[in-house]
Amino acid sequence: MSSIAERMAAAGTGNAIELRGVSRMFGALAALSDITLSVRPGERRAVLGSNGAGKTTLLNCVTGDFPPTSGTVRFFGEDVTTLPPHERIRRGLRRTYQISLLFSRLTVRENVYLACRGVSRSRFSFIRTRASDAIMQSVSDLISLAHLESVADRLVGELAHGQQRQLEIALALAGAPRFILFDEPAAGLSPSERGDLVAILTALPTHIGYIIIEHDMDVALRVVESVTMMHNGRIFKEGAPAEIEADPEVQELYLGGGHG
Amino acid sequence: MALLQTTGVAPLTAQDLQRTGALSRWISRHAAILILGVLLVFLPTVASDFILVQVFGWGMILGIIALSLMFLGGYGGMVSLAQMTVAGVSGYMITVFGASSLPAISLFWPWWAAAPMAIVIAVAFGALTGALSARTEGIYTIMITLAIAAAFFYLTLQNWPIFNGFAGFTTIPAPIAFGINWKHPVPLYYLILFFAALSYAVVVYISRAPFGLALQGVRDNPRRMEAIGYNVTAHRIAAYAFAALIASIGGILMVWLNNQISPGSTGIEASIDLLIIAVVGGLGHPIGAFVGAFIYVVMRTFALDALVEVGLDGRRFQTLIGLTFLVIVLFSPDGVIGLWRRWSARALSQDRGTRR
Repeated sequence: MSSIAERMAAAGTGNAIELRGVSRMFGALAALSDITLSVRPGERRAVLGSNGAGKTTLLNCVTGDFPPTSGTVRFFGEDVTTLPPHERIRRGLRRTYQISLLFSRLTVRENVYLACRGVSRSRFSFIRTRASDAIMQSVSDLISLAHLESVADRLVGELAHGQQRQLEIALALAGAPRFILFDEPAAGLSPSERGDLVAILTALPTHIGYIIIEHDMDVALRVVESVTMMHNGRIFKEGAPAEIEADPEVQELYLGGGHG
Repeated sequence: MALLQTTGVAPLTAQDLQRTGALSRWISRHAAILILGVLLVFLPTVASDFILVQVFGWGMILGIIALSLMFLGGYGGMVSLAQMTVAGVSGYMITVFGASSLPAISLFWPWWAAAPMAIVIAVAFGALTGALSARTEGIYTIMITLAIAAAFFYLTLQNWPIFNGFAGFTTIPAPIAFGINWKHPVPLYYLILFFAALSYAVVVYISRAPFGLALQGVRDNPRRMEAIGYNVTAHRIAAYAFAALIASIGGILMVWLNNQISPGSTGIEASIDLLIIAVVGGLGHPIGAFVGAFIYVVMRTFALDALVEVGLDGRRFQTLIGLTFLVIVLFSPDGVIGLWRRWSARALSQDRGTRR
């Protein structure tokens, strides 16, 4: 932990996520143009915008799934722009995916186990983990947190959509996350499952910050303290949820007249 | 929470099903393996030397090498056509460092120095193959490993200082160690049986250890593996190295059994035969490699005689072999193992049906 503090001090910034001049090109298409964004540790931020606004690309640049074409990405002060995704994850960054990316031929328990193992040691161990090992306790805890006890030993490919979405979140909570990126976690969930999701998000320890991309305003605005609006690969407005909701420009561009 | 309430009853019965299913699967699977093991241990009391070595010994050696392909393909989703080549590297190296009829090339090291040397070189070769193909997927992995297999085949064919060209090496006896002459059929059979059982058990064990589980994670979703902290490329290369360890043991045993090695032993045809073995047996479980190898060896050994027996031209034996494999893969894309799983699942459900 001291090394993290040193890195933060060296960089002279207290932000969890800091993007400076980040652009991402796909051929001639600019998916992101000159994004500058900072999120404090523990801050909960929604990124809103219409389809194609560049929200998911923004997350991909932060995690390194697609590195930015230009600009720098800092995570708790450390320049991670050129680090591969797994190195960023090991530093405490987590993410979920819009379309569930799970291990369909393994059980729920094995999926969660892999996530816990991935941010711990002995990823290459040839020795099986005993049931009494501490990591198995964290696996059980995550499974109950995601309400998946009843299907813990089922293959993930056999789960219902909502259960897969819950597992998607459980994988992102493994280990000791410091900052999480949620990409449309409510997509395809029933109203009651959305309630569960809001409960899980608001129950997260306060030191864990997150960015959430979400089309469902009822979910998004209930679980964040700040909002970033994107349009055509650029940020055009930042503010508190109430300000954003009341902003006429935002209503015209994104929420539409009918939103109430 | 709401999810639990709406489907409060269903998960309980599903879990119940799952548990008894897992238990009976465990019993049936392990009982079968244990019975098979006992039968194989006592086989020398009834079987002729030919059956012992040329059918079971050869079958288990091909099974070991196919197991390395099953490990990569079944658990890692990486179909490598270079596994026979890895076996060939260790087979050639045991003759280069150990004994053969060519004193100009062979160094005549004792077996306990030559065999580890051969294995180390083969594992390094396997890891290098992995490094070249780890960033590719699917058909491109097959193409790269096929290219490596072809390159090694032509190297052995045309290089005389080390590989002795198309003639290869002959008169490579299994060593005499611990007072036992391992080239005799019964000791050789037990030596092969020991390593077949060992490699099988190790692969089964590792499939549920962190390394093996992570490999299956890489197979199902490499991008997500990166996003939960795994270095996917490093994991793939490690898997190639481990598979090479298995294949290299098979390669040494192959040389000791055949008493010779030449380019044809590890050529492209042999590589494709190995793929056929793995696919016919089934990539879903390690035992599939041995089942496929056994079917292959039995067909190779007896198809000609069987055809003559029923009054057909014995020279058509390749057609019979091809048709057999075609029929198996046609009815069960996941090989004999898949066939077995569906049968036992059906038997289980029928059993439950009659009990109710």
